[in-house]
Amino acid sequence: MRIALFATCIVDAMYPSTARATVRILERLGHEVVFPAGQACCGQMHTNSGYFDAARKVAANHITAFESVEYDVAVAPSGSCVASVKHQHPMLAERAGDTDLAERATAVGAKTYELTQLLVDVLGVTDAAEQLGSYFPHTITYHPSCHGMRLLRLGDRQLDLLKTVGGIDVVELPEADACCGFGGTFSMKNAQVSTAMLEDKAENIRSTGAGLCAGGDASCLLHIGGGLSRAGSAAGTLHLAEILASTLEEPAEVPSTTTGATR
Amino acid sequence: MSSTFVGMPTLPSQRGHGNLHAEEPFPQAATRELGNSQLRANLRHATHTIRDKRLNVVGELPDWEDLRQAGSDTKDAVMADLPAKLDEFEKNFTARGGVVHWARDAEEANRIVTDLVRATGSEEIVKVKSMATQEIGLNEHLEEQGIAAFETDLAELIVQLGHDKPSHILVPAIHKNRTEVRDIFLNEMPEVDPDLTDNPAELAMAARAHLRQKFLSAKVAISGANFALADTGTLGVVESEGNGRMCLTLPETLITVMGIEKVLPSAQDLEVFMQLLPRSSTGERMNPYTSLWTGVTEGDGPQNVHIVLLDNGRTNALADKYGRTALNCIRCSACMNVCPVYERTGGHAYGSTYPGPIGAILSPLMTGIEAEDNGSLPYASSLCGACYDACPVKINIPDILVHLRGEDVKAQHAASRVPTEMDLLMKGAEIALSSGKVLNLMEKALPLGRLAAGRDKKIKKLPGKLAGAWTSSRDIPAPPAQSFRDWWKKEGRS
Ligand code: SF4
Repeated sequence: MRIALFATCIVDAMYPSTARATVRILERLGHEVVFPAGQACCGQMHTNSGYFDAARKVAANHITAFESVEYDVAVAPSGSCVASVKHQHPMLAERAGDTDLAERATAVGAKTYELTQLLVDVLGVTDAAEQLGSYFPHTITYHPSCHGMRLLRLGDRQLDLLKTVGGIDVVELPEADACCGFGGTFSMKNAQVSTAMLEDKAENIRSTGAGLCAGGDASCLLHIGGGLSRAGSAAGTLHLAEILASTLEEPAEVPSTTTGATR
Repeated sequence: MSSTFVGMPTLPSQRGHGNLHAEEPFPQAATRELGNSQLRANLRHATHTIRDKRLNVVGELPDWEDLRQAGSDTKDAVMADLPAKLDEFEKNFTARGGVVHWARDAEEANRIVTDLVRATGSEEIVKVKSMATQEIGLNEHLEEQGIAAFETDLAELIVQLGHDKPSHILVPAIHKNRTEVRDIFLNEMPEVDPDLTDNPAELAMAARAHLRQKFLSAKVAISGANFALADTGTLGVVESEGNGRMCLTLPETLITVMGIEKVLPSAQDLEVFMQLLPRSSTGERMNPYTSLWTGVTEGDGPQNVHIVLLDNGRTNALADKYGRTALNCIRCSACMNVCPVYERTGGHAYGSTYPGPIGAILSPLMTGIEAEDNGSLPYASSLCGACYDACPVKINIPDILVHLRGEDVKAQHAASRVPTEMDLLMKGAEIALSSGKVLNLMEKALPLGRLAAGRDKKIKKLPGKLAGAWTSSRDIPAPPAQSFRDWWKKEGRS
């Protein structure tokens, strides 16, 4: 299959290793990965902040970028960006009365998948150790991000895949489905409330004893990791793509704040 | 008969008034409430308890999703045909001996109720909990007119005696613990036993004794209504303490104040809503008391039955095509019980009778995004979506929050040409993120971020109010030396 990678702006600029891991996973399965160079961002931040005109420009760029390349499906290692492409792009176009853009947005959205959605539903990956050679000998806990959980209805796809990684020990996160408090500009506009939510998330992560919190959304992980770091916690965050891409020969780099697998 | 003006585009839009505004910016109010650790502990305990109960009883129903859909569809249909449904209700309510009054806004509703009470010659009334009368500030208005209104719901009574405001739709005293309740009773109930302890059973008995006198002497009662059935002119109140039943049957005059959105086509619809409401609100399969009344029955129950049909900004909300489903709300409060923001700030931070996620959309929809500090309400959410999942009538609260943020930005730009810090941030981001080429250029500056990060590879302080707020409690990791797209290019891939 020819798979177009939507790296997302945060991953592209802040976590390139997550995008490289995504590429590795897909190539290991024998697929061809292309990167539409015109892509930049899904515009979620603008949409969710109420700047619809700006958001529409950002969205239009995304749509054009993904129309300019031949591919079977597009994939992003981020539930919230995929949800934005699928749900917000048509909405932005419709609100502006641009039916042409709305149609194009819907077409791009229909071909766009979150990473584990693509792996499980389309590519039939159910055992990461066996099918991807994934090996990650660490204790981790897992935070399901809100948009993946509630907008994309990813269910247990992410967690189930993580559990099948060789050598891994996955411990349950208390109150896992509680929001980490990121919410894009919410964490700036309502910084105090966001912090209160983050502190509870960090406390729950600490209580598991895991050195790492994994997840499928770089922005939530940036937020959670930022809180753990400020609190001087030994625990860090890592995107599940990097865990799935990790093998015995080519192990993932574990964030330096972590002490590893100690419980 | 006054005419319904609902949905008539020729009439000027009717803004709501009363206790519906954010009185100060949400972040400011929230920060203050966050500082109250007792409040936070009370809220956390209470919301988590109801949340778990709700999940249990909802899980029992194999057709829960179908019920939600049915509830949502029924409400959508009613809203699409509201004037006709209200006319039908009015006709049937009147035919059975009731009197219908139409109130455009809070002032009009308060005036109508006051005149009705005055006409009875009574200076005391009993009340069963009603969000609509909270919304219009009826108690305060009556008090100014020399009429004493006694709340008979235990929690409402606690809030009233404590000279406080409700903090939750269903559990108005959610923010009070039992020691605080005992202190309020000792201070405010003249007849109470001075040795009253904070044992819940004892507290309930004290309230019961206090209320019984009121029930037996009251000639006038005021209620809200959970439903109005159009085809029979029937009203319904759902409650759990029996105080409602007392108010609805003992007095001679019964005045109901109800928002116009509460009408349902027929008794058949109760099948759906009586499953949705108790399970979503108190986490019970069925509430203890459901009272339905249709007009006047000679020699039995109140002989003067009135209803005040309240608009107060509802047609305003109805006119908003992206926001109107907010009127489908059945006030179960499930959304606030699952909201992580409400859990930490409580209801007072929202400054309106309707707190939590539904309040964050309903208040601006009814009274205008630019009124008071309403503009800050739609941002009081991380858009986690828990409210949408919990809502028994499937109101897509996150989508409406986003819609209202757009309305707020529009209103702000119309009011001032001076760009805010947020405007500048968004403009910068728009330029950077509207093209892969520009983003690529910007990413060339990533190594500068590494310099800013210092030795421990963390950025601990960013300039500006907004970005600075982020780094008040969160580090940012040092950016990588090379962006992904740069790596991709250098690898010679396409
Ligand atoms: S919005 Fe939905 S969940 Fe919230 S109070 Fe109304 S009906 Fe209940």
